[in-house]
Amino acid sequence: MATHAQAAAHDDHDHKPQGWRRWVFSTNHKDIGTMYLVFACTMFFVGGTMALVIRAELFQPGLQFVDPQFFNSMTAMHALVMIFGAIMPAWVGLANWMIPMQIGAPDMALPRLNNLSFWILPFAFTLLLGTLFVPGGAPAGGWTMYPPLALQGGDSFPMLIFAIHLMGASSILGAINVVVTIMNMRAPGMNLLKMPLFVWTWLITAYLLVAVMPVLAGAVTMLLTDHFFGTSFFAASGGGDPVMFQHIFWFFGHPEVYIMILPAFGVVSEIIPTFSRKPLFGYESMVYATAAIGFLSFIVWAHHMFTVGMPLAGQLFFMLATMLISVPTGVKIFNWCATMTRGSLSFEPPMLFALAFLFLFTIGGFSGLMLAIVPADFQYQDSYFVVAHFHYVLVPGSLFAIVGAVYYWLPKWVGRMYDQKLATWHFWLSAIFVNVLFFPQHFLGLAGMPRRIPDYATQFADWNMVSSIGAFGFGFSQLLLPYIVIKCVKAGSKAADRPWDGAHGLEWELPSPAPFHSWESPPSAAIIARGAEH
Amino acid sequence: MTRTMQKSGAALLGCAFALLAMPAHAASGWGLLNMPEGVTELSRKIYDLHMMIFWWCVAIGIFVFGWMIWAIVAFRKSKGAVANTAMVHSTKAEIVWTLIPVVILVAMSVPSARVLIDIEDARNTELTVRVTAYQWKWQYQYLGTDVSLYSTLAHESNTARQLQSGIDPETVPNYLLDVDHPLVVPAGTKVRLLITAQDVIHAWWVPDFGMKKDAIPGLINEMWIKVDTDKTGRYRGQCAELCGRDHGFMPIVVDVLSKGDFEAWLAAQQAAVKQAAAPKTAAPSIS
Repeated sequence: MATHAQAAAHDDHDHKPQGWRRWVFSTNHKDIGTMYLVFACTMFFVGGTMALVIRAELFQPGLQFVDPQFFNSMTAMHALVMIFGAIMPAWVGLANWMIPMQIGAPDMALPRLNNLSFWILPFAFTLLLGTLFVPGGAPAGGWTMYPPLALQGGDSFPMLIFAIHLMGASSILGAINVVVTIMNMRAPGMNLLKMPLFVWTWLITAYLLVAVMPVLAGAVTMLLTDHFFGTSFFAASGGGDPVMFQHIFWFFGHPEVYIMILPAFGVVSEIIPTFSRKPLFGYESMVYATAAIGFLSFIVWAHHMFTVGMPLAGQLFFMLATMLISVPTGVKIFNWCATMTRGSLSFEPPMLFALAFLFLFTIGGFSGLMLAIVPADFQYQDSYFVVAHFHYVLVPGSLFAIVGAVYYWLPKWVGRMYDQKLATWHFWLSAIFVNVLFFPQHFLGLAGMPRRIPDYATQFADWNMVSSIGAFGFGFSQLLLPYIVIKCVKAGSKAADRPWDGAHGLEWELPSPAPFHSWESPPSAAIIARGAEH
Repeated sequence: MTRTMQKSGAALLGCAFALLAMPAHAASGWGLLNMPEGVTELSRKIYDLHMMIFWWCVAIGIFVFGWMIWAIVAFRKSKGAVANTAMVHSTKAEIVWTLIPVVILVAMSVPSARVLIDIEDARNTELTVRVTAYQWKWQYQYLGTDVSLYSTLAHESNTARQLQSGIDPETVPNYLLDVDHPLVVPAGTKVRLLITAQDVIHAWWVPDFGMKKDAIPGLINEMWIKVDTDKTGRYRGQCAELCGRDHGFMPIVVDVLSKGDFEAWLAAQQAAVKQAAAPKTAAPSIS
């Protein structure tokens, strides 16, 4: 094959610094992508440990293990670590690895920026995790940092603000890199509507990031000046408004939700066609639906705060706009179903994770629709029903898509096949325990259990115990993931260039493992045409 | 063959959801699966809305999950399925599955908007209580009277909830849901709550009354409740907005009395306030 000859020619250019310099000074999209993924995996287990502290305390009524203040720190830190440390960096890592390969480029457009955007993160998280050891303890006002409560933070408060500034800077740089790469580095002939959906969803995600991370930076800066410089943006006693913070925060926060889920839509749109051996149904409507979701994400923020006391017209607007999101989301679900229909399905680990995504994300969608109904939301708001909802869209949603993506592309990355049987075990354990963990939380919320409480009335004991059992089962099952990956890297059997027979896309036209610089010369029109059979 | 599979899948799903939809009569434990219907006009409307949306979701779920299961079962490579690679697009289908959801959304939004408008109609209230939240207790002031009371976690719960207290919460009556001085309101009366806070944001939530409202320092939020005349009794809730260390330990308890009992209670409270104030102003000769 032409690509093999090209790969051989690549070898001359495959020189890279050795040892630690290879990583610290890296400007290579694959090495940086790897670092992002390893970082995300590490943070996933850090955040997961915090989740297990929470679930251990909630296993039974009464306070057995931790002080309420520390419990509050755990809920806040779990969210911050998982959102900014695990899910988002994992997506940037996947973008780094896959976007140049999928659009026929040698690397990202801005490699030094790429290095910077990654290396900011360890510093940001040193600051954030360092708060666990300062007087007053880690931030305990929730990841949403609502004032005035957030302003009661001790020494951890400025550390939290600067950590968020750093994470935001990292995200913005990463997003700029993605936009510039996709806009400028596509191989000749790869026009926008030939791009794989993972690239499309990431392009829209990157625009969302550039749009809203500065908003978050602004919001936390105002918190900082309220705390240290005597301003009163959010202090009613000085003429400010604590609710304004919530508006600004959720103007960032809602697009942020889609920042975490849109790339998942992209991954699922790659995996389902591959294992259905059939092109994606309704490619263009998928692109438009993604863009519509991106747009709508900017006009629904106040549905996170229906109970703050908004004017009726505002409540109606945000209710209707929120409900509208289910239309493009529904289009996506139907398109995936139609892709499988009259296909030829097989159930390798990536497909299993994609199918679980399909089922369980839909459940999260249903509870989302319920939450949009303002009067009912007056009951659901800040209850465990909300906790169940957003974990259904984030864990079997974003996280399963990330794991599916790793199992899908790992053979391409390392040139070796992983233990599929073990990965199937990983899938079933995850899929079962995730439901044991989160489904009962719907019941708890409806029955009246508020979120973010370290102890609860005894009538909530039964389902909390079930949920905690699910949490420990789920948490420990995830150890299989690094084990499977390490085993694959060290001793996997040789993987073919196209290990999945139904796979299309430029990445599968490269040899396995992919060369250090993906496409040094652009792929030919014929290769692009073959790859673009979505 | 495939159709029966679809049907059985749908039936299974229906059962699962029916389990969730069972009204939660049981006071505790495994039977607590659903939102309480509550004891006010609004809480029942909210409950009905919740169930309506829920059944819509079940119906959509039967269709969507049925489709997924059918596709997974019927088009297996291992069963010899051959992909139809030409099936990549259908404008007609895409228009259908865009428009039908829109119609369903309209069907959901009209009753929702109606209930919302009812909720926001706080005219003609007969009694106003000012609810002020503190870290970590509630204050209730009956406007137009001198009656004011603070409501904090009951002593027994407070002892048991200390870290490694060694007290089994099961032995504490209404663990974490009991207070020293409950809010007292009359049944069959439209009571207006003016909700605010002194320090950080809290939220006042009694599930049986159908809703919660944030208590925000510097702002006053309005919410009204009208408990059915025949639903006198004791109702419990909790602070619903993270408010610091003891967020989990500032419950809300509301005693709903009949109108007559309430008047008597209020009069007694007022007399008690007067008596407490009396020695400072008047001579003891009254007695």
